[in-house]
This record gives sequence, C-alpha cells and structure tokens, in this order.
Amino acid sequence: MTPAAGGMAAMRIPGRRMRRRRTTDRIMSGLLWLAAVLAIVPLVLVLVFLLINGLPGLNLDLLTKLPRPPGEPGGGVAPAFVGTLMMVGLGTLIGTPIAVLAGVYIREYAGGRGATVIRFLVDVLAGIPSITIGLFAYGFVVVPMGSFSAIAGIVALAIILIPIVARITDEMLGLVPATVREASYALGVPRWKTIVRVVLPAAATGIGTGVLLGVARIAGETAPLIFTTLGNRTLSTSLNEPMDALPLRIWVYAEGPYASWHQQAWAAALVLVLLVLVFSLGTRLLLRRSHRS
Amino acid sequence: MTSLADQDSRVRRLLAAHRPHHGEAVFRGLVLAASFAVLAIIVGLVVVIALQSATGIAHNGVPFLWGTTWDPVRNLFGALPFVYGTVVTSVAALVLALFIGVGVALYLVELAPRWLSGPVSFMVEMLAAIPSVVYGIWGLYVLAPFLRVNIETPLHRALGFLPIFGGFPIGIGFMAAIAVLTIMIVPTVAAVSRDVVRAVPHAQREAALAIGATRWEMIRVAVLPYARSGIIGAGILGLARGVGETMAVTMVIGNAPKISASLFAQGYTMASVLANEFTEATTDVYRSSLVEIGLLLLVVTLLINVAARLLVWRVAGGARRVDA
Amino acid sequence: MSTMTRETSEATPSAQVVRPRAINIEVAAQPTTSVDKAGVAVDVEHLDAYYGEHRVLRDISLAVRPNSVTAVIGPSGCGKSTLIRCLNRMHEVTPGARAEGQVSLDGDPIYADGVDPVRVRQRIGMVFQRPNPFPSMSIFDNVVAGLKLAGIRDRNLLNEVAERSLHRAALWDEVRDKLHVSGGALSGGQQQRLCIARAIAVEPEVILMDEPASALDPMSTLKIEELARELKANYTIVIVTHNMQQAARVSDHTAFLTVGEDRAGYLVEEGPTAQIFTNPANKLTEDYITGRFG
Repeated sequence: MTPAAGGMAAMRIPGRRMRRRRTTDRIMSGLLWLAAVLAIVPLVLVLVFLLINGLPGLNLDLLTKLPRPPGEPGGGVAPAFVGTLMMVGLGTLIGTPIAVLAGVYIREYAGGRGATVIRFLVDVLAGIPSITIGLFAYGFVVVPMGSFSAIAGIVALAIILIPIVARITDEMLGLVPATVREASYALGVPRWKTIVRVVLPAAATGIGTGVLLGVARIAGETAPLIFTTLGNRTLSTSLNEPMDALPLRIWVYAEGPYASWHQQAWAAALVLVLLVLVFSLGTRLLLRRSHRS
Repeated sequence: MTSLADQDSRVRRLLAAHRPHHGEAVFRGLVLAASFAVLAIIVGLVVVIALQSATGIAHNGVPFLWGTTWDPVRNLFGALPFVYGTVVTSVAALVLALFIGVGVALYLVELAPRWLSGPVSFMVEMLAAIPSVVYGIWGLYVLAPFLRVNIETPLHRALGFLPIFGGFPIGIGFMAAIAVLTIMIVPTVAAVSRDVVRAVPHAQREAALAIGATRWEMIRVAVLPYARSGIIGAGILGLARGVGETMAVTMVIGNAPKISASLFAQGYTMASVLANEFTEATTDVYRSSLVEIGLLLLVVTLLINVAARLLVWRVAGGARRVDA
Repeated sequence: MSTMTRETSEATPSAQVVRPRAINIEVAAQPTTSVDKAGVAVDVEHLDAYYGEHRVLRDISLAVRPNSVTAVIGPSGCGKSTLIRCLNRMHEVTPGARAEGQVSLDGDPIYADGVDPVRVRQRIGMVFQRPNPFPSMSIFDNVVAGLKLAGIRDRNLLNEVAERSLHRAALWDEVRDKLHVSGGALSGGQQQRLCIARAIAVEPEVILMDEPASALDPMSTLKIEELARELKANYTIVIVTHNMQQAARVSDHTAFLTVGEDRAGYLVEEGPTAQIFTNPANKLTEDYITGRFG
C-alpha cells in the first residue's frame, strides 16, 4: 500500500493486511453470534419438548388426584403439589425475616468492614450446593428427630432462601436516597424507627421481588429434599412426617419404569417450570421497571 | 375548637411524654442476631457434616481420597471415582461454558443491536431459572437419545480406536452429563462476564478504535485484558456451580462408580452418589462414608467459591449481585 | 423598608466574573411582636466541629435571638451547613463526625450527658436544600409523619395539626382537596413547603433552613422567603444562604463565616442585617458583601 497513492483513495483501497484483519473481524463476530445462538438454542429445545411431552398429561387430575398403584394409569401428583406449596410457603415465612434483618444490618448498621464481611458470608452461603444444605438439615433435624420430616425440608429450603433475599434487601435499601433518612432524623425519629417505618416501606417493592425470586428458586429444588422430607405417596400435611414435593416426584417418576409415570413426570415438570418462570421472570421485569422509574 | 396555643402545647406534651428507649437496643440486637445466624449456619454446616462423617473417616482413613473401589457390600469405600467424575464433568463443562458464556457476554455488550440485546439477555436469564430436575428429565429423554444416535454412535464408528471414544455408547454417560452441565453453567458465566465486560471504561475502547482497530481487535486489545481477572472469576463461579450441581447430572450420567477414559462411559459424581444412595444406605459406615463425600464436596465448593468471590469483587467493584 | 446603595470599587476590565457596580439591598423591617408562643433563643458557645481528625468549624460563638430570622452567609465550603447541622445534632449522624463546645436551647444545653438527640431534633426542626418528602407517603401522612412516628394516633388531633401546619406553610389551599395524593406528585416549590409544614407539625421551637430555596424557581423562592418572614412570629428561624440579596431581604440578623487558613470555618462578624450590609465592621465582610471574593 503506497502512501503516495493520494489521501482518500489510499484509505479506500484495502491492502492485504487490512483485508486479513477485516476477515478476522468478521469471523470473530460470526463466532460471537454463534455463541449467542448456542446459548439460546438449548432453552428453546427444553421449552419445546417440555410442551410436547408435558401438555398431553396436563389436566386438573394431575394436581388433584392421588397417585395410583405403580403401573396403573391415571391418578395424579396431588401430594407433591400440596407439599411443594406448603414447604415453599413455610420455608419462605421462616427465611425471609432473617434475611431482611441481615440485609438491614449490612446496609444500615454495619461499618465498612462489618458490611463487607457479612456480605461475603452471604455470598459464600449462596454458593454452597443445595445437596450439602440438605445434608446439614439431615444431621441437624432428621437425626435428632429420629425420622424424616417436612420440617427438615423446610429448614433446608429456608437456608437456601436466606442469601437470595438478604442480598436483594441490601441492594434495595441502598437505593433509598439518604435524604429520606435525613428527613426522618430531622423530625426526631430514632434510627430503628426510621428504618422500620420509613426506609423499609420505601424499599418494600424491591424486597418483595427478591422474596418472589427466592420462592421461584426453592420451589424447583430437589436435592435438599431427598434426605430430609424423603417424599410421600400419600397426602400428608403433617410437619413431622415425610412430605412429597413436585421436584421429588418428577425425579422418581422420570427414572421409574412405567410409561404413565413418565407422562406424569413430564406434565409435572411443565407445571413446575410454568410456576417457576412466572415468578422468576415476572419479578425481574417488575424490578427493571421500578429501577427505571 | 381549641385555640392554637392549646393545640400546640398538646402536641408538645404528647411528644415530650417519656418514650422507652428499648426500641433501638432491641432492633440492633435483632439485626445482629440475624447476621450472626448467617455465620452460624455456615459454621454449623461444616461442623454437623464433619461430625456425621466421623464414623466413615475413622473406617476409611486417608486412602479414602484415592481409593477406587466403592463396594458397600464389602464395606470398601473409596472416593476417587466420584472425584474423577465431578472433576471431569465440571472442568469440561466449564471450558465449553467459558467459550459460550464469554462469547454471549461479548455479544451482548459489544455486538448485539439494541433491540436484540434485551430479549437475548432475558432468555439467558430464563436458562438460569429452570430447575435442575427439569434439565434432568429433558436430558434423559431428549438429549441423551439424540446424542447417542447423532453424535456418539458415528464418533464411535469412526474413531472408536481412540480411548476417549471407546466403549459402546448408550446415550447416558459423561458426554450427556457434560452437555447438560454446560447448558446450566452458561448463564452464570455469561451474567458475571457481562457485568465485567460492561465495567470496562469506554475510554479504553475508544483508545483502541481511535488508532484504527477493528471491532474484534478492540475487544482483544482493550476489553479482554481489562476484564480478564473478572472473567476468570466468572469461570471459577461457574465451576463452583457445576461441582455442586446434582439432579440433572444424576439423571444422565449413568451412576456407575467406575473410572473410565471414554466419553461414552457411565460415571458418577460426588453429588450424584449422595443423591442416589443416601436413603438406601443400610449401615452406619455406609451412610457415614457418603457423608464423608458430602464433606469433601462442601470443602471443595467453599474453597472454589471463596477464591471466585475475591476475584470477582476485586474487578467488578464492591458487592455485586451474582445469580449463581 | 429602606433601600441602600453601595458603590463597589472599580472592577478591572479583565475580571473573569462580572461584578455588579452597585448592590441594591432591601433590608427587612424590624420584627413585629411575637404571638401566643415565642420561639426561643439559641446560644452557641465555642463550637468546634470535626469530620474525623479534620476540623471544619473553629470556635464559633453566636447568640440567636428568639423570634427572629438569622441568616448565615459565607463563601462555599466555609461550614455554614455544618454549623446549623450542629444546632440540631444532625452533624453527628455522619459516621466519624463530632462536635465539641456547647449549644443551648432556651438555656438548656443540647450537648450534655443524658440529652437524647432525638428529643433535640423534635424541638429544632430542619428544612433541607432539596425537598425530601417521604416517597411512600401521601401529603397528609407526610405532614403528620413526625407525630405518627412518635406514636400519636388521635385522628382528630392529627387532622387539626395537618390543616394548621399546611396553613402556616401557605400550602393548604393548594392541596386541601388532594391530601391523599403522594407527596412526590407536587411541584418542587410545593414539595418544599410540604417539608416546612412537616417540620412545623411537631411544634419545634426553632426551625433551621439549609439553603431552602436554592433548588427552586424564582417564584417559589419568593414564596419561601415570605414564609420565613412570617414564621418568625412563632419560631426562631436560622437560615443558611449563599444568596446575599436573599439574606438581606429575609433576615433580622446576619452572621458571616469564612474559611480560615487552617481550612476551618470561623465567625468573622455578626450583627443586625442592616448594619452588616451597609456598614460592616470587618474588612473581610465588606469584601464578601461587595463581591470581591466568594
């Protein structure tokens, strides 16, 4: 490429090296597009097959009938459905106050160092595999109690929920402007009342979405329930006894030998995904919208 | 109607009435207790699991870590097959997920047209929301058969002399487990990488573009070096996620406590053996040995997580929300 | 109302900032007699304020007369805001901040063992630079927030207090029909008057205003200034302002602070507003008034 070829013309005529760079750029861009496709395609495939295999078995019976003896067609997974509702509900009820209070501590009370430490611990807890948390609940609840029980599963689920809600509480409290707190102090309102009656209400929507995200997550958890609530083929609402849950039932039925089980497993999986996705995504959209306003 | 003066003094009197001050102390106590609970749970986890595995540790000793035999009938317990399975599946999945995840992150930040980046981001998040057991059932009945017919059998026919493609493919096995695990790790890696890449200052990018770099060159020269340790952190977080992943892997890996070189072979991971055999463990030693594996899993995950968080925090700045 | 003119010294042609050649100052009339209940005196004695080890206010002593408007003026960074935040013990809310010395409210020291800062802040109200109504509360709830949070539940009393406070803040007519609308739905000037009403509702004896009109449009600014003059009948007002004309319009007394060589603020001069602006005793004051610095 000769510089003497004249200004604009020289810029327009690509030399060999420029062409090579241009080609490399195009190839790499193509690869990045490919990566995006590779990331998205499995999602589509999962959802599509979930619909194909799950829709046929999706009916009211699924959620309202008890399981029939193995091999017999018909029946439903009512114990699992009820069990999931109960355990997720109670787990959320127990875990949320602890999580919110911890979040308040991090954002409103702790000094720089304390806040960093607790945030770190919360993150560590978030990264612990859920099956390990189930193991802890086994040793902590099942063994002393002498039996598998719903309460053990609830403990495990609450522990899984805590870091999720604590982190979001921390973030949402941080979004409340300092002027709001100042206005309250200037009125002669003590600190704790300012937090409870002024700051937390201001952050309530955000924290609420965090709770819903947590609910979506623990509703789908299987591993921590395996050796805590064990599962149950009968409908049980007693906290002291084994309780069934949708993910558990899906696992057992999917790996079982009967076609009717497989069909119900797919249908139950579809129900579970719908539940989880509605919660999980609805709240994320809500979060983004409230962020923008 | 009371006079203004009367009203004022009434308000002042009401306000001046003695307020108990316990509120502040009580509340402070509550929030401290909650934070302490977090610490207590983590410590409790380690302690309880360690205690539960005491019998196993006593019985198996240190050779447990490299023992290759897992025979509950003869009370012989060795953890190596599971460690091998966990390592192979997680590392392989991580490598693939790094390429795809970082690729998606770069795509979203640098390449995607604005109208597309929202939906794509959204869909990657959706991937993270799907429960593990659903990936499991899909992996078992959709992915594994597909792999067997379209990838494993042809590979076996063509390159079966290589140990990695030896062994008769039946669909479930290492390859399926790695595939499913990759899909599940990608959102983690992508989300963290995206934040890290976004954090690269525009000035860096502009400096590269201003000297005539192509877009890819700008990424390679200005973005990636800056984001490198954050991306490593993202990878390590993804690794942690993969190591602890239970249900999906359990359902497609075949659950055979053997070490083999072939991708088509069945295997076992630490989390999987726990999930499968714990409720069937008949003896104390058996159960305790399983808990021992759980302890190993916990320790490994803790170490990986701590390392990852430190790395990610240093790069992306302060506490960030990571959806692991 | 007297109007005075003061000649500035010649501005050099190369001056970066255009200085007015003369300042027309309308000085406020003398305070009218107070009504039922008087505001109280605030006495500042040898006040030092710190952020960590760094001193930002040095040895401030100032007597604020009851039922008057006292303006605190000075160049930016001289510690005016810090000073009034020390008056209601808001300064110490910032981590690492502390104050030494004494401030007395009607003779009662507020920096003393056993004194609850929360109580102090109920007796001394504050209005901030940017209006900050509580976002999740209605107008009504905002006004009576101080009472509700203190546990006062009497509906009738709350209604009366709300109406009276909004009247005194010159906001009643504009919001009487929409008391249950969110506080954030008002304009900036209205929001600030809402904040004034909120401060008034807890019946303070002193009201501190930290540049209350600096974020508002000129019309709202005039309304706020008018309010300050009216409120002194029932309260003692201390107002920080960087606008000298505003200080001259609004206040009876003026205190002038500036930054010393140790980068701490100190009180240069204080006195009746008319005197400060027409015949200041200190050259620094004169320089500031006439625009030679700050």
